[in-house]
Amino acid sequence: MVLRLSHVAKSYSVGGTAVEVLRDVSFDLGAGETLALEGESGSGKSTVLHLIAGLDAPTQGAIEVEGTEITRLSDTELAKMRRGTVGVIFQQFNLIPSLTVGANIAFHARLCGAFDPAWTDHLAARIGLEHHLEKYPEALSGGQQQRVAIARTLAARPRLILADEPTGNLDEDTADTVLALMLESAQEAGAAVLMVTHSARQAARMGRRLILSHGAVSERSAAGAGAAAAQ
Amino acid sequence: MIGQGVQALWSHWRYNPWQLITLLAGLALSTALWSGVQAINAEARASYAQASDLLGAADVSRVVRRDGAALSVAEYVSLRRLGWPVSPVLEGQVDINGQSFRIVGIDPLTFPAALPESAGEEGGLTAMLGTEALAMAHPDDIPELAGSTLILRPDATRPRGSVLMDIAQAQQVMGPQGSIKRLLLGSVMPLNHAPLPPEYRVAQAGVQTDVTRLTQSFHLNLTAFGLLSFAVGIFIVYGAVGLAFEQRRGVFRTLRALGLPLNRLMLLLVAELTVFALLAGAAGVALGYLIAAALLPDVAATLRGLYGADVAGQLQLRAAWWASGLGMALAGTAIAAAAALFKLAQMPLLSFNHPRAMSVGASVAGQRLAGGAVLLFLLGILVALWGEGILAGFALLACLLIGAAFCVPWFLAQCLSVAERLSTRAVVQWFWADSRQQLPGLSMALMALLLAMAANIGVSTMVSSFRMTFTAYLDQRLASELYLNARDAAQAEALLGYLGTAADAVLPIVSVDTRLGGLPAEVFGIRDHETYRTHWPLLQATPDVWDALAAGEGVLVNEQLARREGWGIGQTLPTGDRLIGIYSDYGNSAGQMILGEALFSARYPDVPRLRFGVRTDQPEALAAALRARFDLDEEALINQTDLKAFSLQVFERTFSVTAALNVLTLSVAGLAILISLLTLATMRLPQLAPVWALGLTRAALSRLEVVRAVCLAALTGVLAVPVGLLLAWVLLAVVNVEAFGWRLPMYFFPLDYLRLAGLTLVAAFLAALWPAVKLARTDPQRLLKVFSNER
Amino acid sequence: MNVRSMLYAFIFLVIFAGQGVAQGFAGLGQSADAFAQPERGGSFAFPADHGAHPAYQIEWWYVTANLKDDQGRDFGLQWTLFRSAMAPEERPGWDSPQLWMGHAAVTTPQDHFVAERIARGGVGQAGVTAAPFEAWIDEWHMAGDTLDQVEMRAMGADFGYQVTLTAQGPLVFHGENGFSQKSASGRASYYYSQPFYAVEGTLMLPDGPVEVTGTAWLDREWASQPLAATQVSWDWFSMVFDEGPRLMGFTLHDSDGSDFTQATWIEPDGTTTAFPNGAFLATPLDTTRVAGRDVPTRWRVQLPDKGVDVTVSALNGSAWMTTSIPYWEGPVRIEGTHSGQGYLEMTGY
Repeated sequence: MVLRLSHVAKSYSVGGTAVEVLRDVSFDLGAGETLALEGESGSGKSTVLHLIAGLDAPTQGAIEVEGTEITRLSDTELAKMRRGTVGVIFQQFNLIPSLTVGANIAFHARLCGAFDPAWTDHLAARIGLEHHLEKYPEALSGGQQQRVAIARTLAARPRLILADEPTGNLDEDTADTVLALMLESAQEAGAAVLMVTHSARQAARMGRRLILSHGAVSERSAAGAGAAAAQ
Repeated sequence: MIGQGVQALWSHWRYNPWQLITLLAGLALSTALWSGVQAINAEARASYAQASDLLGAADVSRVVRRDGAALSVAEYVSLRRLGWPVSPVLEGQVDINGQSFRIVGIDPLTFPAALPESAGEEGGLTAMLGTEALAMAHPDDIPELAGSTLILRPDATRPRGSVLMDIAQAQQVMGPQGSIKRLLLGSVMPLNHAPLPPEYRVAQAGVQTDVTRLTQSFHLNLTAFGLLSFAVGIFIVYGAVGLAFEQRRGVFRTLRALGLPLNRLMLLLVAELTVFALLAGAAGVALGYLIAAALLPDVAATLRGLYGADVAGQLQLRAAWWASGLGMALAGTAIAAAAALFKLAQMPLLSFNHPRAMSVGASVAGQRLAGGAVLLFLLGILVALWGEGILAGFALLACLLIGAAFCVPWFLAQCLSVAERLSTRAVVQWFWADSRQQLPGLSMALMALLLAMAANIGVSTMVSSFRMTFTAYLDQRLASELYLNARDAAQAEALLGYLGTAADAVLPIVSVDTRLGGLPAEVFGIRDHETYRTHWPLLQATPDVWDALAAGEGVLVNEQLARREGWGIGQTLPTGDRLIGIYSDYGNSAGQMILGEALFSARYPDVPRLRFGVRTDQPEALAAALRARFDLDEEALINQTDLKAFSLQVFERTFSVTAALNVLTLSVAGLAILISLLTLATMRLPQLAPVWALGLTRAALSRLEVVRAVCLAALTGVLAVPVGLLLAWVLLAVVNVEAFGWRLPMYFFPLDYLRLAGLTLVAAFLAALWPAVKLARTDPQRLLKVFSNER
Repeated sequence: MNVRSMLYAFIFLVIFAGQGVAQGFAGLGQSADAFAQPERGGSFAFPADHGAHPAYQIEWWYVTANLKDDQGRDFGLQWTLFRSAMAPEERPGWDSPQLWMGHAAVTTPQDHFVAERIARGGVGQAGVTAAPFEAWIDEWHMAGDTLDQVEMRAMGADFGYQVTLTAQGPLVFHGENGFSQKSASGRASYYYSQPFYAVEGTLMLPDGPVEVTGTAWLDREWASQPLAATQVSWDWFSMVFDEGPRLMGFTLHDSDGSDFTQATWIEPDGTTTAFPNGAFLATPLDTTRVAGRDVPTRWRVQLPDKGVDVTVSALNGSAWMTTSIPYWEGPVRIEGTHSGQGYLEMTGY
């Protein structure tokens, strides 16, 4: 198992009262699997992803990434995990504005010591931005920026990609292209993907679909999932 | 509409109180810096003025009898009644508690020089008049005067063994043996006055005029420092005002979109800034007072005169003081606002408020500034080549400094991109790239830091060089422990007889005024003695110079004369002498030549030997003995150790001032960094969040923030050192030459610069600390919001 | 604070207020009570009384003159010698407790020149002798065999003058035969004048010498503590009307807002009429900004008992005495029921 969540709960204190976002979330994800986490706006699906990435800590429950229980890890160890095992792609502003596109793509891999120039070049070509490597992110369109983020994540060959509405800011056509690119590249790299989305159309392209509602997850029919996985 | 405009502008401040505080604090602090420096400067000047007045009483010309006899009260009165503004000085030697003290009685009502500061303390000068009045003595002498009827007040500027008091009291203490030794001559003569009766002559101020010239030069350089602090202040004000505009672009756009005409909006902004400048400026002047008073308790006395004390004559000064502080705030605001208003006028009404294209825009702006710097440097070179006079010197200084400041963003950008290219680790590379991105936001603060550091390096180099020159000068000129001026040949004879056994050596000093190379010059004759061989500061000389001089085979001339006439070693001079040595002679503008004693006597047989340098192990005791035996006044017997100690004490005071200024300017520059960092902090989140998400902890990021501030400060320091040294060089070698015709040698003080660099890094560290701690404690949720649409 | 100005400020206290001396001179052990006080019905003895009265705390010889040159241009001139005593006696030598201060000024419509001298008594640098008469400080002096014919000179860095004063009438005595009351509580001074001097002589100005003629007025006054502590300022007028009479009037202002006025009407033959508090009225009409203050330089002056209702205007509103104790002193023109010229002195502004 790349990922296992057991009875994870998370509540925030808002103005002194505790607001329970996640009540009891349990699921797991195998190597190379793709999983969509769906849910209403505010259902807490992004929170799940943040907890897995170690960007936030659960109130209760256990999260195992690559067999390591991460809820007990220190800030430094969590950061180390983000550097290596896990790659995160957000909805926007993924890129480091002070670095060129090329440096951005290489950044994560260099950070975790997994920099492989050939693989990085391949990825740059894969996302079709090999001629924009000297540009700064601000010169790119939103779709291009997201593609760079994907390339950057994959360059480090993470075991698990966490994507938080990675196409949420893009128009439908661009979104389709970017998502396809992400899934294909992930498959090529052998990485499992957990994608948070509110778009059924996007979710339908993932191997499995989970719906987060009232703080807990439930599996959606596996039929569509198989169809998507077969694509 | 105006009312709504005001409301909108004001509401921005109400919801962003920090920005308002930043603006006001920036304005107030730079004004405070300016005012504080002015106050400290004024104090330094005052203490120098006092020093030169007291060093000399001698600096004042005197009326003396041609026959050298003492003067009577009747003669004093008759000269006054002829319209000669003379003031009597009664002197004599008196035994108190078995010790011999020099009593100096002055008439405060006519005294032409500044009176000792201690005379002005409680009770006022009136407490000094009469026979039961205050007397001033060196603090160390006071215990030894215990039990006398004198009411004593300690005054560290008094020489040891000398008590200053009102002439009435002096007359009473000394009895009939007290006589008027000198009549000091005031500088303001009545329009028409009777000629001086033939039995008198005016004796111009003597040896100490050179000291005066040195101190004048020092005053000038302190003035330059005042201007520098002004420049540092302007930069900070500029930054603060620029920020106030930048932050409110949205408000302006909304107001204009709602129909507020552009000129109306500009008027509102000008009015607003004027109010801020006046408020903050007033606070700044007051703060400057507090800073100065806290740094230097001595300043308080001067400040009372400058700020308060509703006395006629002082009022205008005080007004000027406030005006200069407020003017500084207004001028800085105006300069800053002009640029900002220009930008505002150019701003398209409906442009989309996207985040600034940092990396591209920054490098363009940096290049533009660097271009300005090149123009300024060129202008400076032109001024240096063709400009004349002290104004040109200051103009050169201004071009140099502002140009250097303009170079900062470009210079740092270059350094950072080189570092970025050279770095192999991802985090390090990002660190440099990110630093470069911060430059536009920090450049004002860093320019101010550069100016502050350069000013500090420049001024401490200048002050220290000045001190070394001054003490070297004293060592050279006053190598003997005691100096004697005999009244006449008979007294000289008696003195020599006594000193034959009491002193280690007696060195006659003979001189005549003559002309060399067509200009007035002095020729000295000196005895061949170890004193000269070891102390005289020769710049160039033949190997056997002293033997040759003693044998009359050559002469020495001072640097000024040699330079002016283009004379070199070994050359035969128009006087027929061979030039065997050139010595430095700071503070003197006239030419000077030194002959061996024998040659001098042969050439000028009629010059009497009245002046002597005396070498002794026990200067105090010998001086006391001489005073007691020969009735020598303060000018007739100069104890070199007193003079030197006093000069050094004055320097120490100036050093404490300079040290305080260093700390002050650096703190203000540090504050500018803090302000900039705080302003940047909110814009920083989108830049930091991705790196955080990719696996750097907040703690690591905040550590990097501190390192970045320190690195930028260090890089700025690298630029500041040469700029500061250049500044010192311009002050010593250009401004001083323009003003006084001779140049002060420049010495280097690497340890001082290191300490300053250390201080700068500490300032940058402290400035970055709080924003960094804030960053380390940032809620992850705030960082996460960067990535979602909810922000 | 400048040491000298402290001294001057002190002297000012002595001269113009006469208060606080005991505190200022604790070390001298003299209180103001030790000084002689003017007495009602006291008589004058001349020429001795033209000389100094060291037993009294303060005293002055105060000459003001209205002058014209041959082109009809107006000038004003002032020569003043103040004496103030730290103790009610004179001692020979430097230990003299008598301090002297001289003020001299020349006013033109454009300029105002001022000079000041300070000296101590005892050694002869400054003083006054009655017969022959001489009042001097340094090279400044006012001297003649008698007070009826004196030569007067003074010199500053940028101006000077030498003039001769010739009395054209008798001395006149203010108040009750020279006992001049200065406050309702009875403080007073001895006060007489010679308002009938004719003047001729030379002014030395930056542009060169100017020959002038005109009239002058000498005030002699001595007292100890003449003013009450609360009397903070005064306006003093000397007026020479074209028809011949003279008028002296002054207003003393109290810090509580009340005024005390006195006046003397002087006929051309020297006959005087003294007026009690309230008879003389001086109302400011207009001010001039000088040395950072607003000083009234146009006045309405009334003495209804003599039918006087005139406007008094300064020849030069900027006649500010930049001496250690600043005050306003300058020539004036008079128009209205009477016309003429005179001098105005204002302190405490």
